Amino acid sequence: MIITKQKELNDLLNRIGSGSVFIVGCSECATVCHTGGKEEVLAMKDVLEKKGVNVVGWVVLEPACNLNNDKRLLKSYVEELDKADKVLVLACGTGVQTVSEVVAKDVIAGTDTLFLGEIKRANEFEKRCVACGVCEQDFFEGFCPVSRCPKSMLNGPCGGSVNGKCEVNQDMDCVWSKIFDRLKEKGLLHKLGEIVEPKDWSNSVCIDRGI
Amino acid sequence: MGYRSNLEKVLSEKGFAVTAEIGPPKGSDPNKIREKGEILRGCADAFNVTDNQTAVVRMSSMAGCCILLDVGLEPVMQMACRDRNRIALQSDVLGAAAVGVRNILCVTGDHQCFGNHPSSKGVYDLDSVQLIQIIKNMRDKGVFQSDDKISFGKPEVFIGAAANPFADPCELLVDHLEKKIRAGAEFIQTQSIFNLDKFVSWMDEVRSRGLDKRVHIIAGVTPLKSLKMAERMKFHVPGVDVPDDIFNRIKNSNDQMKEGYNVSLELIDEIKRIKGVHGLHITALFWENIIPSLVKESGIYPRV
Repeated sequence: MIITKQKELNDLLNRIGSGSVFIVGCSECATVCHTGGKEEVLAMKDVLEKKGVNVVGWVVLEPACNLNNDKRLLKSYVEELDKADKVLVLACGTGVQTVSEVVAKDVIAGTDTLFLGEIKRANEFEKRCVACGVCEQDFFEGFCPVSRCPKSMLNGPCGGSVNGKCEVNQDMDCVWSKIFDRLKEKGLLHKLGEIVEPKDWSNSVCIDRGI
Repeated sequence: MGYRSNLEKVLSEKGFAVTAEIGPPKGSDPNKIREKGEILRGCADAFNVTDNQTAVVRMSSMAGCCILLDVGLEPVMQMACRDRNRIALQSDVLGAAAVGVRNILCVTGDHQCFGNHPSSKGVYDLDSVQLIQIIKNMRDKGVFQSDDKISFGKPEVFIGAAANPFADPCELLVDHLEKKIRAGAEFIQTQSIFNLDKFVSWMDEVRSRGLDKRVHIIAGVTPLKSLKMAERMKFHVPGVDVPDDIFNRIKNSNDQMKEGYNVSLELIDEIKRIKGVHGLHITALFWENIIPSLVKESGIYPRV
C-alpha cells in the first residue's frame, strides 16, 4: 500500500489561489488511506466551497495511476475540466503524474506520499518498503532493515535502541530487535555473524531501469 | 616489524596506548584544532578527529587531521557512513592516506535527526562493518568495493572500529564486535564507560572468545564536567549507560566538576587493570584541558 497524507488545507488553498478547481480522487491506496477516496473528495469539495473556491467537478479514478483508465474516465469530464483552472489530485505521487499526462492543466498534488507501508489499523500505517529493487528479506527473517532501520544497517543494530525501540523514534520497533528475536527463537543467531555485503542499488527504482 | 602508524606501534610493542578526542570547531579557524593539539601534546599517542559528530556540521575530519599532521601530532581520522556514499568514502580514504593519515576509525554515524540539520537526507549507503571491510580490501588487496583495481598506491592505514558494550540487545554485543574484527578492524575504541560492571562482563566474554588477542581494545572514558553533562549522557545520548550511583555522586556533590574528575580517575584506575584492555580513549567534551592532569594522575603520562 502506498501511504499518503493530505496536505494542510491552508497549504492547498495557497496552491489553488483564486481560480476554479476540478478534484480527482483514487479508488485504491488513497481510498484506503482516507486521503483521496470518494468520501474525502466530497469532503474536500465541501470545505473548498465553504472557503469560496469554485469547484467545477470531481471524479474518483480507478486507480489514478492507470494511464489508460485515466484517459477513458476523464473523457466524460471534458466540459468540467475545460472550466477548471487547476486540477487537485488526491492520490499518491504516481497518480498525480499520470493525471498530468492526460490533463493539460496545472495539477496540484493534494497529498504527500510517505512510503510503502502496512495498515496497522484505521489511519495507522507503518513503513515497510522503500522499493529498493532487490528484496533480500528472506535473509533477515522476513523483516526489512533497508526500509525500517533509519540507518539502513545490514550488519546488525546501531547500538542506540532502548528496550527494542528505535533511538530515532521511541514509538517505532527497532527492526534489528525483531530480527534478533526471531533468529533467537529459531536458534539461528549464528546467522548474524555473516557479513552482509554493501547493497547493489543498481536495480533500485532510484535509477531508471526502464521496466 | 613495520607499523603503519604510531598508534599501531604503541599498541603492539607496549600493549597500552592512550588516544584522545579532538572535536573540530564549528567554523573554519584552524587555530582551534592547533590549540587543542597543544594542550594535549604528550598526553596521547594519537588523536581522534571526529566526523561531524552528533550530526552537527563542523570542520571536516580530513582537514582537522591535516592540521594535526602539520604540527606533528598523529591523527585518527573518523569516518561516518551517514553523509557520504561508497564513492565519496573510498575517495576520502585515498585522500587521507595521501596526506599522511595512518589511522582510520569507521563508524555508521549518529542519525541526522539529532544534529543541527534534521531536515537533511541521510546517506547510509554503507554501514560501519561494510566500510571496515572495504578499507581492508583497498589496503590488502588493492581493490575498491566494486572490485575495480586501485592503480597508484594502496592506502596503508591502521583500521579501527567503535564498539558499545552497553547496547541493546546485550546478547549480541560481543558477536557484533567479532563481526567487526572479521571485517578487518584492528583496534576498537569503545563507547564511554560509566557502568564498570557491564564493561567487566563484556571484557570477560571478549577474553573467553580470545578476541583480545585479535584486536586492540581501547576503553572509552569521558570525564563529566557538570551535572548538566551527566544528565545529558544519562538521559539523552543513545547507547550511553550512566549508572545511578555515579550520577548521584555528581548530583549530590558540592564541587560537581571535581567529582566528575574523580569518577574518571577511579574508572581509569579500574579499567587499566582489566586484562585484555590495551588502552584508553579519552573524550572530554568541551573539557579538553582536563586531559593532561587526568593522564598524569593516572600514571599513564607521558606518551612518547
